[in-house]
Amino acid sequence: MLRHAARRLASRAAASRRALSTAGVPAEAADDSAFIDAWKKVAPNIEAPKTPISLMQPRPPTPAAIPSKLTVNFVLPYKSEIANKEVDMVIVPATTGQMGVLPGHVSTIAELKPGVLSVHEGNDVTKYFVSSGFAFVHANSIADIVAVEAVPLDQIDPALVQQGLTEFNAKLGSASTDLEKAEAQIGVDVHSALNAALSG
Amino acid sequence: MSATTAAVPFWRAAGMTYIGYSNVCAALVRRCLKEPYKSEAASREKVHFSITKWTDGKQEKPIVRTDDE
Repeated sequence: MLRHAARRLASRAAASRRALSTAGVPAEAADDSAFIDAWKKVAPNIEAPKTPISLMQPRPPTPAAIPSKLTVNFVLPYKSEIANKEVDMVIVPATTGQMGVLPGHVSTIAELKPGVLSVHEGNDVTKYFVSSGFAFVHANSIADIVAVEAVPLDQIDPALVQQGLTEFNAKLGSASTDLEKAEAQIGVDVHSALNAALSG
Repeated sequence: MSATTAAVPFWRAAGMTYIGYSNVCAALVRRCLKEPYKSEAASREKVHFSITKWTDGKQEKPIVRTDDE
């Protein structure tokens, strides 16, 4: 009996997911009524369990007019640095260069290179050095930034950066295999970016 | 459909995967931190696990690995 409930749940979930993926759909939590009806038929005395669809927050719709603020989520593997904060602009260090994201930015997926991420809110600018990661900008002016490691600039030690830079420049000169060259190049890139972040 | 020869990043041409590259970058950044933050990062990134390989339904001797990041 419950085998069929599972199948109906899967098809119902797929149908709701398709409906929620179009822009302009109002934001209301989908009610899994087909599943609840099927459950009541087989187990009327037991309360139907919640399904993932009813617990999920639906995607906020793309508003008709460009919103005035950008909502930023910035997460690291070990903590959530910024969650649902409304800001004016973020500048992300994309591999194609520093990219400014304003409210109403076109949907973008950007791979990040080691560099400075700055969050602008009114007159406040908060800067982080990001080691690498991705920035996803959605049509509804929500930006999700994920990074493996991100530190505020004042936590970086300039002496260690200089030391690392000379060390990797030397390794780049003496590298023989492709892999060694790549590792040395990565070291040079990261330390030059750190250097630029500290001086810029 | 012809295969496009897109320019690959230098680390992928050298055989590294994105996750490997990303972890190397993160490790280098952690190495350049000032003191209290550096030791916090080091303790956060420690892993300690035991791997056991199975062949023919028999368990072989487990290997214990402790890596700092």
